[in-house]
Amino acid sequence: MPVATEKHTLVALVVDRPGVMSRVSSLFRRRGFNIEKIAVGAAETPHLSRMTIQVLGTQARVEQVRKQLEKLVDVVKVADLYDESVVSRELALVRVTATSEHRSEIIQITSVFRASIVDVAGDSLVIEITGDEEKINSFLGLLRGYNIKEIARTGVIALSRGGSSPLLQDKGPRKKRLKE
Amino acid sequence: MTTVRLKGAQILCECLRREGVEVVFGFPGGTVLPLYDVLPQYPELRHVLVRHEQGAAHAADGYARATGKVGVCLATSGPGATNLVTGIASAYLDTSPIVAITGQVARQFIGQDAFQEVDITGITLPITKNNYLVMESSRLAETVHEAFFVARTGRPGPVLLDIPRDVFVEETTYYPEQDYDFNALKHHPSGHPTQVKKAARAINESRRPVILAGRGVIVSGACQGMLSLAERAQIPVVNTLLGLGSIPQTHFLSLGMLGMHGSAHANKAVSHTDLIVALGMRFDDRATANLSGFAPEAQIVHIDIDPAEIGKNVPVDVPIVGDVGRVLEVLAPLVQPGDRRQWIQQIEQWRAEHPNIIPDGAELVPQYVVNQIWEATRGDTLVVTGVGQHQMWTAQNFQFHRPNGLISSGGLGAMGFELPAALGAKVGCPEDTVWCIGGDGGTQMTIQELGTIAQEDASVKIAIMNNGFLGMVRQWQELFYHRRYVGTQLGGPDFVMIAKAYGIQGERVTDRAQVRPAIERAMAHPGPYLIDFLVEPEENVYPMVPPGASLMDFVESPRVRQRSPASSLGVSNI
Repeated sequence: MPVATEKHTLVALVVDRPGVMSRVSSLFRRRGFNIEKIAVGAAETPHLSRMTIQVLGTQARVEQVRKQLEKLVDVVKVADLYDESVVSRELALVRVTATSEHRSEIIQITSVFRASIVDVAGDSLVIEITGDEEKINSFLGLLRGYNIKEIARTGVIALSRGGSSPLLQDKGPRKKRLKE
Repeated sequence: MTTVRLKGAQILCECLRREGVEVVFGFPGGTVLPLYDVLPQYPELRHVLVRHEQGAAHAADGYARATGKVGVCLATSGPGATNLVTGIASAYLDTSPIVAITGQVARQFIGQDAFQEVDITGITLPITKNNYLVMESSRLAETVHEAFFVARTGRPGPVLLDIPRDVFVEETTYYPEQDYDFNALKHHPSGHPTQVKKAARAINESRRPVILAGRGVIVSGACQGMLSLAERAQIPVVNTLLGLGSIPQTHFLSLGMLGMHGSAHANKAVSHTDLIVALGMRFDDRATANLSGFAPEAQIVHIDIDPAEIGKNVPVDVPIVGDVGRVLEVLAPLVQPGDRRQWIQQIEQWRAEHPNIIPDGAELVPQYVVNQIWEATRGDTLVVTGVGQHQMWTAQNFQFHRPNGLISSGGLGAMGFELPAALGAKVGCPEDTVWCIGGDGGTQMTIQELGTIAQEDASVKIAIMNNGFLGMVRQWQELFYHRRYVGTQLGGPDFVMIAKAYGIQGERVTDRAQVRPAIERAMAHPGPYLIDFLVEPEENVYPMVPPGASLMDFVESPRVRQRSPASSLGVSNI
């Protein structure tokens, strides 16, 4: 019986300690998930990091992995942000060949996408673009006509829309860890 | 606050003492030498020298299960640490709290592929609740206490502490009276009141309920609470393998074990029930058999302290996250006294139709041996088993009546568990009789622990069901691989001579008449004693739910099939 697979954005607050990344990624591997994208950075509380992880899976299996993640001692809280209620952004740097023949076309595309040129060399440009995944994908799609030499993407980071965050609601003893 | 300057090794020992540790199962080596050197300063920490680190981990596990306390094992870096892995994994799957301490190469050598260096925190990532590499001696005390807290809190489990050699040696300030609060690490609330009410309503409305009790009931100390709920509402109780003993099996509401080798009436009850009240269990595939045919008519109430177990394998109608004992305290008063005579009579009829037959006749069958150990002890013993046929015969034929009466590697199914775990249980509970029931295969996997048992004079009574085969595998080859026995015949040793070589008394038993007297001699003997039972080589474990089949489709022993033709079933669906 085929079950609907969908994209989930899991956000996790984790204690900033060595080895946390491997604990989290090992758990995904063990439960049979391929991480599509992952981004890690500091959170609002000094000793906590925030991970944003995109996976494909059924609701039930993603919920299972979310609960397993929350069991890790170094993980404070995990929430599954549904696509529709999320502000998500990704950053990409692209090095593209830009000979005098195509340079102006590339600059034009760049400005249409409100991307910016951050480095110029004799026959290439480095372009920085920020946006949701779709925007970056379509930008890269257009650039493919011009010999892309290198792409670096950060992975998606996300916040839920509205005034509150599912990550910060906790009445239990763990609330202390969110604040400290 | 008082402070003292101590070496890391001393701080570790101080912390172990504060945690109430009485015994450490260990094996020395280069990186833990500084720790061994200070052990004589702490005479209250008894060190039991095992013969192989796997034995240390299993012994700590056996100790933990028998006593309910945290078991501690100790190994050196590299091969010492990797040898612990099987034991840690077994403790992880069976929810047993152990703290494994490993030495690590000195900090400056970490990552250099130094002699006996291995990334044991990386290796044990998926089989520990948490693990720690202690890189600062100033953090050592707090980390040790956190390790014990994590091991015993919530759903218990193994924790590993990896300590570099130079951290043991370095002197630092120790605060003997410092208190630590790790409560923020707790993840698990007690059961939600609305859910508990829903569960009570489901029980009150059910005509054919069963309680499915796992090891969580024992871990949470909820056996009495479960029994009073079962009696009040007249709900029969089915056990998982590791749940055996949570209800006295002689109780009329006890149906014994379900699953692949569960009793026929337990499997039938689960297949016909309209409500499963699952307590501290995790719907393991050996218990549920094929999920598509599992309890087709049942609503499921699942109470477990681990939220990730709820809904993992089967969809649950009423999920309750919480400690089983505490949830039952709230739930029981909401449950109405019930009269479920019809349902219980139905189950009794199944029990009569599918009796557990111990074959009579002259042959020395293992079921008879287990039965005789039960009769001789009246169940007043801890039973530690290995993995395989003898484990199932023990589960089926021993009437467990005390929590933790059965200590067995259930989830991992680690052969070789029996001897070291029995040693650990005996060290933890010296006043209790401990029977180690093993096979001739598994016993040989850790047979060197006879040396530890002898050296510690741990009075373990060892029964080997010696059938000259890796019996369970042979049974599968017989039933599902056209009786082609490949790699399953054991040219066994003379176990009695091996025991004697270790200084342990023993005897060999070859016929029924000698069984009981040998058991009595073993129990009368003040020290460890080994009995090598030469049992029927091709006896099979029945009933059996063939792999891939549903609980209802169990195959019965040919002996029962002869009695009642209605229940005959082939294994054609393989």
